Amino acid sequence: MKYLEEFQNPELARRLLDDIRATVTRPWALMEVCGGQTHSIIRHGIDQLLPEEVELIHGPGCPVCVTPLAVIDQALEIASRPEVIFCSFGDMLRVPGTDRDLFRVRGEGGDVRVVYSPLDALKIAQQNPDREVVFFGIGFETTAPPNAMTVHQARRLGIRNFSMLVSHVRVPPAIEAIMTSPSCRVQAFLAAGHVCSVMGLDEYPALADRFGVPIVVTGFEPLDILEGIRRAVRQLERGEHTVDNAYPRAVRAAGNPAARAMLADVFEVADRAWRGIGTIPASGWRLSDRYRDHDAEHRFSVEGIATREPAACRSGEVLQGLIKPHECEAFGTTCTPRTPLGATMVSTEGACAAYYLYRRLGNAPTPLEATPVV
Amino acid sequence: MCLAVPGKVMEIEERDGTRMATVDFGGVVKEVCLEYLPDLAVGEYAIVHVGFALQRLDEESARRTLALFEELGLLQEEFGDPWEAAADQDRPQAQEARQ
Ligand code: SF4
Repeated sequence: MKYLEEFQNPELARRLLDDIRATVTRPWALMEVCGGQTHSIIRHGIDQLLPEEVELIHGPGCPVCVTPLAVIDQALEIASRPEVIFCSFGDMLRVPGTDRDLFRVRGEGGDVRVVYSPLDALKIAQQNPDREVVFFGIGFETTAPPNAMTVHQARRLGIRNFSMLVSHVRVPPAIEAIMTSPSCRVQAFLAAGHVCSVMGLDEYPALADRFGVPIVVTGFEPLDILEGIRRAVRQLERGEHTVDNAYPRAVRAAGNPAARAMLADVFEVADRAWRGIGTIPASGWRLSDRYRDHDAEHRFSVEGIATREPAACRSGEVLQGLIKPHECEAFGTTCTPRTPLGATMVSTEGACAAYYLYRRLGNAPTPLEATPVV
Repeated sequence: MCLAVPGKVMEIEERDGTRMATVDFGGVVKEVCLEYLPDLAVGEYAIVHVGFALQRLDEESARRTLALFEELGLLQEEFGDPWEAAADQDRPQAQEARQ
């Protein structure tokens, strides 16, 4: 219980943990889908506070981690062009492409700029009518609506020198891919709260039914996560599998209808490759034909770039919950946040980085304590 | 990046035909688009992601979440200087000093 004093309300955390302990009678494996939740779990040692029957498996929910190498290489290629101002969220800077990253491209003279919002990139396009401004549009259902609105605004305002390199992914097909994998051990999901803030709950009952898994929509604070786990374990013990919203203060059943309408207008569902996992049918979005003028992939011919994943990196298995980060041989030795081999070590939402940063605070002897950290 | 941060609406104005707000994230102030939450009013809290208000939030949970994110260093990550952070990864001493 070493970590409990770090909780905002240790007493409530203790009650939730006691309830989980009193409920559980046999082993269960739960997957938290979202990288933000993984970060919070590892930082607060939630996985170590739980009774040993309850295992948390880290899911693929880090947008930076799952962006495929081929798309990173396309971004690097576009960002290197002299006529281009390439705009990106800051956490893409160190994601390794085949032989460099965006930070390097900038060092080599590329005009790479970090923006807080895609609308900032649109503003840059307005201010630089003689340049091509390209925004790197990655992310899950939480990020896709802002990016959709930005493309819509570009068209509405007639800003022609703005385009987007789109690589958006959707959670429900990833859940389906995980559940249909022969090595799947997941028995319940903690669904990503902010994704559901936008999308609502509609997509989940069919998945819960088809695979017989409880799906509990869960927030990011330690207490939210404990409550999500408590409800999932309850369902598992009772043999139920429903969609349960444990984050009602931020998630309404219909999500955000205006955002969903804009998504449906600007994007269309498409197959997407996930880094380390492979292509999942209907697992993402691309710009719909009406917005083709603003599609960077179309505007710059960047197809057919040869890519090379580092052979040692097992991030695909980490992202599918098949291994824990420290089971990768490169973890903490040849692969560190300073010299990342895979994207799961780059992004702080990545499971490898979360383990690297926090696991040595662990209160139980783990294989990691033998691993020199830094 | 996936993180959505609660903030408080300070001011609302129409710009280029778009509803925009000035939002305070526990000290950091940013421009935020309200097109997805058009009836959000001054003084209310919302979950904001990459410059867009996505869902209303009550004041108490907004404050709690902000405090937690601050403590986890996630606000620094969201609003801090990403070039510095990227350069840090090239500077072993800086990395070690932080740990
Ligand atoms: S520790 Fe590094 S090499 Fe191993 S799976 Fe994670 S990112 Fe890949």
